[in-house]
Amino acid sequence: MSTTANSTSPFSLARLRFDPWVWLALAIAALAIIPIATILMLSWADNQEIWQHLLDTVFWIYVKNTLLLCLGVAVFTSLMGTGAAWLVTRFNFPLKSVLVWALLLPLAVPSYILAFVITDQLEYAGFVQKTLRTLFGWQTARDYWFPEIRSIQGAIAVLSLVLYPYVYLLARAAFVEQAAQLFEMSRCLGKSQTQSFFKVALPLARPAIVVGVTLALMETINEYGTVEFFAVPTLTAGIFDVWLNMSSLSAAAQIALMLVSFSILLLGLERYSRNAGKFYKLTGQSPTMFAEPLSGFKAWLATALCLLPISLGFILPITVLTNYALRNLEQGLDQYLNSAWNSFSLAIMAALLTSILGLLLAYGVRLSKSNKMRSIAEAATLGYAIPGAVLAVGILYPLGVFDNTVDRLMKAWFDYPTGLLLTGTGGALVLAYSLRFIALSYRTLDASLTKITPEMDDASRILGSRSGKTLWRIHLPLIRPSVLTAMLLVFVDTMKELPITLILRPFNFDTLSTQVWDLASLEQLEQSALAALTILLAGIIPVIIMSRNIGSSERRPQGQ
Amino acid sequence: MNKSVFSSLVAVLASLVVATPALAAEEVNLYSYRQQSLLQPLTDAFTEETGIKVNVVHAAKGLAEKIKAAGENNPADLVLTVDIGRLEEVRAAGLFEAVNSPVIDEVVPAHLRHPDNLWFALTTRARVVYAHKDRVKEGELNSLKDLADPKWQGRICTRSGKHVYNIGLIASVIAEDGEVAAETWLKGLKANLARKPQGNDRAQAKAIFEGQCDLAIANRYYMGKMFYNTKSPEQQEWAEKIRVVYLDQDIGGRGQHINISGAGLLKTAKNKDNAIKLLEFLVGEKAQGLYATANYEEPVRSGIKTDEFIESLGDFKADRISLQEVADQRAAAARLVDRVGYDM
Repeated sequence: MSTTANSTSPFSLARLRFDPWVWLALAIAALAIIPIATILMLSWADNQEIWQHLLDTVFWIYVKNTLLLCLGVAVFTSLMGTGAAWLVTRFNFPLKSVLVWALLLPLAVPSYILAFVITDQLEYAGFVQKTLRTLFGWQTARDYWFPEIRSIQGAIAVLSLVLYPYVYLLARAAFVEQAAQLFEMSRCLGKSQTQSFFKVALPLARPAIVVGVTLALMETINEYGTVEFFAVPTLTAGIFDVWLNMSSLSAAAQIALMLVSFSILLLGLERYSRNAGKFYKLTGQSPTMFAEPLSGFKAWLATALCLLPISLGFILPITVLTNYALRNLEQGLDQYLNSAWNSFSLAIMAALLTSILGLLLAYGVRLSKSNKMRSIAEAATLGYAIPGAVLAVGILYPLGVFDNTVDRLMKAWFDYPTGLLLTGTGGALVLAYSLRFIALSYRTLDASLTKITPEMDDASRILGSRSGKTLWRIHLPLIRPSVLTAMLLVFVDTMKELPITLILRPFNFDTLSTQVWDLASLEQLEQSALAALTILLAGIIPVIIMSRNIGSSERRPQGQ
Repeated sequence: MNKSVFSSLVAVLASLVVATPALAAEEVNLYSYRQQSLLQPLTDAFTEETGIKVNVVHAAKGLAEKIKAAGENNPADLVLTVDIGRLEEVRAAGLFEAVNSPVIDEVVPAHLRHPDNLWFALTTRARVVYAHKDRVKEGELNSLKDLADPKWQGRICTRSGKHVYNIGLIASVIAEDGEVAAETWLKGLKANLARKPQGNDRAQAKAIFEGQCDLAIANRYYMGKMFYNTKSPEQQEWAEKIRVVYLDQDIGGRGQHINISGAGLLKTAKNKDNAIKLLEFLVGEKAQGLYATANYEEPVRSGIKTDEFIESLGDFKADRISLQEVADQRAAAARLVDRVGYDM
């Protein structure tokens, strides 16, 4: 722990003028803020009548449901994510080497697919209740009580199961990267296991945990598929209702801005929590935390606890989908391969572009040492909290203006029409994904850069390296695991992404997720199982790479 | 930053731009709310007959915004949707152009067309009541109004009141009887629900089969989809337990509520002639037959041979109200659903 060197210096133009990196970061932030600014402009209208109606009827129900959903997801993701991360870092128990990475697997499952599978099993007509009725001779739903799966509790369960890996991933990295030394010290000084966890390890990992929960909550706020499926009207559902059924895009944009304000509140809380204590990593390598072997009942309990979220969040959907896929294998393989290729290439490009943008943004913030710059960067991540379809509309208008302007100019100057350069191609998609997911990469990389002591930069600069070289030679090698984490998160999320893809894709262009949507909206999700399964499986590959990476940083010290 | 990473990224992005589909001479571009699997046989048949290539984007939300943003360069010629609400969204944005085609005028009846021919129906879709064959006696339910009768308390299932199908249905009640009467009716219906509105139309059939409810509101063509579903044979059992009830068939009654799948020509269309050719093809005998036998919808063209099973479900008298009048009440319907707390 050290004193903070930054945070108070004013936003000085003199300083900015001399550091191109800061200007680059500002430019990226400006780019990322464009869709939000567009939504702000779209919202510029008087919708008193609609608002009166909403306030009289459903508005507070929307708010209540949104808050309850967030509260539930926050509690469950932090318990599950932190708990699992601690178990696998601190203890040895059966199957641990598999569980370490398997705990990430539910991240690959789109929440709407898990919602479908879980409902399929647990609803009145599903396998579980049917069996109960046969066993006990119940005739109708009035004869017994069973928790309603299509409810806010059900939505919390489904979302927590697919979102807890965010917390797990970041908490585990924090435990591995920094808590080890101090935790061992605390143990040596005679503190108990529990005391050391709550007094040392947990506070050290808190910034990472809070980032994880914030990411989970931002996804929860804009979540639409699952809440619609579970008939839980939230603010997001309200946005679509006002937009499409009451034909007011401006009122919808106003509700969207409320969600954005909610995210700003969330980000404020996160920053407060992170600034409450700043911790730096002094060297690039930390000693491994000593993993204590568990035995007997305790060992198997730990295994079971880690297996539970994996079983519900991954094994269950993959089993059900495999079963469906085997029954529906005859569907068009050409179309499927085509969609798979599209999904895969888009996800890779988005992951690359997003990490580069996020890294430059985070590095610019670091160099500027200004709180205002940090706030601008934070604003650039708000796109993550806006429902994808609304964000797509926010991107559509400026891109349309861009495309048409370029087209006009090219026609005038070179007599060569370019048509819709971005909105008519996959370019708009890659850009939209990147602007949406910049939150994932910026947060991950910023959290990681924050842990590197500023003395490192100073040393490098004194030794004659410019800021660019310092980033390349000093920072990048240190934060390499986090760069990979960021790319993984964006890759998996792009594979799953649906609403933006549906709105911005060019002609004759399908991805796996749009193929799933096409069939699912025909109420034939069974037939979309192969595409859904591929999304899941593709999510496993980066998970494995990731786990190797965490694993190697854990083993490195012994290897030397 | 590493130069090679950056330049390769630029190269990849550039290749995407270059990969713009080359514009063939004879083609037509569709924005479609209809699913690929249904549309493909129709467009394939059209291409085979005319040699005109059909490019499709299947869209969900934000289509009107997409067309507006693209402006003059908008690549699409036609919009195909499955609900009057979605056609109305594009029409209200002022993006459609009138289609003057004697063929279409002759085939599509006036109440299934916009007064100025800005859109028109390709098929109709009856939103009927599914009743359990044993638990509901024949003739026990005759009118949409009957659904609000307290004798059905705890026996009715529906999907969300906010789904476009139900918004269309409720908007039609407002258009026919006024908002006050519609509110009383919807409150009565809500009081009779067996469970919170949820799931899709097919899920309602499943709920009837499993005994969770006795009646459900659903589109008729799902009966065909379930009855012929060899991939999920359990759906055939659901269909077998269901009797389709057509509503308001009495003399002087309003007739069964129908919605449509339809189309409109975009003002910015580059391939207008081909687009109109496609529209005329879609109301032609071959395409109408495909609609009726592949998706079990009711053709707008008379004298088309429909599916045997669907025919066994009986004939009905359809509501003749102008669909534009119904579309005009959609916002009112959405508010009514909120006021009654239908989905809560």
